[in-house]
Amino acid sequence: MADLQAIKEAVSKGKRKDIVGLVQAALDDGADPNTIINDYMIEAMKEVGARFEAKKIFVPEMMIAARTMQTGLDVIKPILESQGSQKETVGTVVIGTVFGDLHDIGKNLVVLMLESSGFEVFNIGENVPPEKFLEKAKEHGADIVGLSSLLTTGDPHVKATVEAIKASDLAGKVKVVCGGAAVTRKFAVDQCGADGHATDAVDAVKTIKQLMNLN
Amino acid sequence: MQTVISSPSREVIIGHDQPVVMIGERINPTGRKKLAAALEKGDMSLVQKEAMNQVAAGAQVLDVNVGVSGADEKDLMLQALQAITEVVDVPLCIDSAKPEVLAVGLEAYKGKALVNSVNGEEAKLKEVLPLVAQYKAAVVALTMDDKGIPTDVATRLAIADKIVNEAAKLGIPLEDIVIDPLAMSVAADDSAGLAALEALAGIKKNLGVNQTIGASNVSYGLPDRRAINATFLAMAVMAGLTCPITDPTVWPVRRTLLISDLLTGKDEYAMNYITAYREQFPEED
Repeated sequence: MADLQAIKEAVSKGKRKDIVGLVQAALDDGADPNTIINDYMIEAMKEVGARFEAKKIFVPEMMIAARTMQTGLDVIKPILESQGSQKETVGTVVIGTVFGDLHDIGKNLVVLMLESSGFEVFNIGENVPPEKFLEKAKEHGADIVGLSSLLTTGDPHVKATVEAIKASDLAGKVKVVCGGAAVTRKFAVDQCGADGHATDAVDAVKTIKQLMNLN
Repeated sequence: MQTVISSPSREVIIGHDQPVVMIGERINPTGRKKLAAALEKGDMSLVQKEAMNQVAAGAQVLDVNVGVSGADEKDLMLQALQAITEVVDVPLCIDSAKPEVLAVGLEAYKGKALVNSVNGEEAKLKEVLPLVAQYKAAVVALTMDDKGIPTDVATRLAIADKIVNEAAKLGIPLEDIVIDPLAMSVAADDSAGLAALEALAGIKKNLGVNQTIGASNVSYGLPDRRAINATFLAMAVMAGLTCPITDPTVWPVRRTLLISDLLTGKDEYAMNYITAYREQFPEED
């Protein structure tokens, strides 16, 4: 019998070396790929997120857990594809750092945590102008657009990007979430008209799930 | 090589043969809710308090950043500079991501200021360096450019060279450039600490300029950040750091820098260390 609990534990503790063998063994035993992902890996990352929020674990531990999950997903994806099915996703997020800002650490953590929570994420990089956010959101059929801004000089670009999305035919279809050291809830939501604001990577997952009425 | 900055009544010399100069980082609303709220209201009393506390804790220069979202940063900068000069006499480092804020700050400042900052981005070079030249200020130069923040050493060195060359074209002397080779979090990339240290050493060897670094970045996302910051600072001083932008009110940080001076022959008879120690732990009679 496949030891699915061991997969959950390996992700939760960030045992990258063990994950490939464990996932392969489970698949060989006939475990359902989407069950492994949704009921064990994503569950493990939920616990990791909660421990991070409670300050029981630190950024590197969260990162290695997420990377462990991705290493496991790399084993599962070809199987799913050979079955002609796809990884189930809970939503699609297009995310980038706003124009004029090149910071990526926080945004990349958000990407990692979203992917580990079952989202399809398109990371469109840094220094992204409003029109590119718009174009990529359309191209990928995004449910959510995520804006990251660390510098206060990013403020006008956050505003311009939110307004560009709200003024386009994506208005009402796509929700915008902002985060990063420069962005306060007051600025993002009250002044720019964003749908949500997140304080860190775990909060970003929570906020996006709430906006999409998941859980 | 010596970088000299000044207020109307005080001159500060930064150099490899000098004790480390602490540039106090606390007048910056990023991540400081109380200060941000005070600035939004135009209340300068907290700025003044931070200024006095940092100077009392050994800061020889104060960084002044008043960027809060939704406020008039130019006006706030003028107010802050005025308020700070009322209570302390150290030279100031005018810090803003907006060139127009740097411009009004430099225009109002009496003395030779440090400007924070320029970097290798074309727009920044074009907008900030002429201001530095015009006001004969000194400038912090970050080793990043339009391609982002490099993770390797060679790119950092190349960007430092480029900025120095661009500055020279405008008549800004090498000694008025303070390079910041940018320390990144070791939580996200465990080679980030060594890369920053090697960049400090490489820039010292190639250009001989003074260098600063925002040390607190290295520890982002990790426990006991102060211990990491202090250890990094000690190593960075040995590699070529001469004027860290840091929080002087954190004794472990200040202590590390004082001891670094002591152990590198820049504290005669250990007097700076002993004096600071007595201030920190007053003897009870």
